[in-house]
Amino acid sequence: MSHPIQAAEFLQDQAKSKWHDETLWFVRDKRDKISKSVPEWENLRDLASLIKDNVLANLGSYLEEFEKNAKANNIHVHWAKDAEEHNRIVLGILQEKRCKAIVKSKSILTEECHLNPYLEKNGIEVVDTDLGERIVQFLNQAPSHIVLPAIHLKKRDISEIFHEKLHTEKGNEDPDYLTHAARINLREKFLSSKVAITGVNFGVAETGEFVVCTNEGNADMGVHLADVHIACMGIEKIIPKRAHLGVFLRLLARSATGQSVTNYTSHFRSPSPGKEIHIVLVDNGRTAQLARPKFKNSLKCIRCGACMNTCPIYRRSGGFSYESTVPGPIGSILSPGIDLQKHSSLPFASTLCGSCTDICPVKINIHEQLYEWRQEITKAQPDRAKSLAMKIANGVFAVPFAYNLSGNLMRGALKILPDSITYSGLNTWGKQRDLPELPKESFKDWYKKNRK
Amino acid sequence: MPENKKHIGLFIPCYVDQFYPNVAIATLELLEKLGCKVTYPMGQTCCGQPMANAGYERDTIATTKHFIRIFKDFDYVVAPSGSCILHVKEHAPAISGMEKEQSELHDKTFELTEFLTDILKIGNIKGSFPHRVGFHASCHGQRGLRLSSSSELHQTPFNKAKQLMSNLEGLEWVELERKDECCGFGGTFAVSEEALSIQMGKDRLADHQAQHVEILTGGDMSCIMHLQGIAKRNGNPIQFKHIAEILNEAFS
Repeated sequence: MSHPIQAAEFLQDQAKSKWHDETLWFVRDKRDKISKSVPEWENLRDLASLIKDNVLANLGSYLEEFEKNAKANNIHVHWAKDAEEHNRIVLGILQEKRCKAIVKSKSILTEECHLNPYLEKNGIEVVDTDLGERIVQFLNQAPSHIVLPAIHLKKRDISEIFHEKLHTEKGNEDPDYLTHAARINLREKFLSSKVAITGVNFGVAETGEFVVCTNEGNADMGVHLADVHIACMGIEKIIPKRAHLGVFLRLLARSATGQSVTNYTSHFRSPSPGKEIHIVLVDNGRTAQLARPKFKNSLKCIRCGACMNTCPIYRRSGGFSYESTVPGPIGSILSPGIDLQKHSSLPFASTLCGSCTDICPVKINIHEQLYEWRQEITKAQPDRAKSLAMKIANGVFAVPFAYNLSGNLMRGALKILPDSITYSGLNTWGKQRDLPELPKESFKDWYKKNRK
Repeated sequence: MPENKKHIGLFIPCYVDQFYPNVAIATLELLEKLGCKVTYPMGQTCCGQPMANAGYERDTIATTKHFIRIFKDFDYVVAPSGSCILHVKEHAPAISGMEKEQSELHDKTFELTEFLTDILKIGNIKGSFPHRVGFHASCHGQRGLRLSSSSELHQTPFNKAKQLMSNLEGLEWVELERKDECCGFGGTFAVSEEALSIQMGKDRLADHQAQHVEILTGGDMSCIMHLQGIAKRNGNPIQFKHIAEILNEAFS
């Protein structure tokens, strides 16, 4: 299904879509306030953008530097060209360790690679330990937001899920009570898992260390109790120096949730005695995106989710309407690079308002890339023109489009057509909107009479 | 030569010409009252924005060439639309063989309020407009042309339209709950994502209504056409005017 159909469905439940809009706006508002408490905010954005430009221009050498230093720290480094290879590598490690159950903290990359279903198919129990991810996992859903995975659900929904899965009291919607129940359940899983998987927020080339940010401490809880830590990292997550964390960590949490810093910012450099750290470096279409000059800087993304919270479309259509792992504005410029046909409606799911670009902590020109993807998609899908032309011909746009030929004719036609035709189902503009009242003459006609 | 003695080419967006001649007349009269020499070149057509935003920028080469030819000899080109000006400056395809004319044209093309504040250096318009006014910042004007500060950025707040209206006697400027959220027009978005477009428009109108706005104004009639269409359909009594109409009416 395309985005417009999904969005229209989401909007059917008016109360819930309003709540979704207001909840995410609240997060954006928090972000606005805290970002304005940092006098050098715009300088930080400039710096972060420039550092990422440098990374993208020298990605190969930074990755090699990272690999060399990570190996010197006794980290096992694996390279995966795509999702399939990534999943095989992870499974291989688990099989070697005879591991049948793992805990995993939040990782959008493993969502992108569909690691959970792959491991489950191979007999491994996967437990997502981020509370929001645990909730959507119970429902067999994907996260609807990269930072707030269960933002599409309300307290009542969660109470019902927990009643079914964790046997909490029916109807008890108290967040503290529900969180406590989840903790008890997760505690068992943490204690019994020999392998923990995490994502990576930043890989530092100069030191071979990596950083994982969470609010719940679930990454640390998993890693410290397990013998083996597997970290899955997209190759664009490299930063050159540890000092650069001072730029990115200040931007990340403020942009994401309006916090000054994530509750846990954990640095992993080398395994404790007797334990192992593996890092899987994943391409999965990233080098292809890097080779597209107009779109490569989408790879600067640090996955803060601010563009989702600010997007007037995302807030009113929900994450699932995008049908891609990363939804929202950033997803709409990343996904067409992965599958142009499947995601062709996404770059059009925007008014090009530019709020995403202004909010982005690494200054990705998101709305300009949406515009550029539109130019690519219309080349790849000639049929698109026809359906669009139909819509336009039936709406108010008829006038500008037919301008040279039939501007006057069109105004005449609109004037004499009965409302029943003008506002019929064929006319998308007029379904829920009136057409402008037609003036007796155009400006052009007025000008001829009144000037010169 | 003083700025207001230079020759201005009046660029009127096609849908304004057809649907909102009063906005074009107000723009022309306002510039004339300020002592400008203004001509409306009759041969102008649509700038090509709807096509380009729909993904057919490559099909607007002829339109763009035509636009350059029509306007290249004026000292300035001014339009009562942030959106069309942004298109002409940033999205119109580069025309080979006309690089010099195109680049010069971009430098002398302005949206009405920025022309008044930045070129004519008018601080504000003196006059009277005793109404409660809500301002809708069009996204292309605001985040594209930077006609006002953007709520996402850490910058000193400014708004060229507000500045121009700041000295109008009796005008009550209304602060909105979400001061620069998109109205959901978005060109072809209005029909290709109809459900979202309508919802966004309704939400914007509700913000203005909650602040008891009497007249909703802005710099782009496209946003206003969309909001007005929804308001009318739902029996919402709010009135709509382009900022050129307010400034021209209030001018004393």
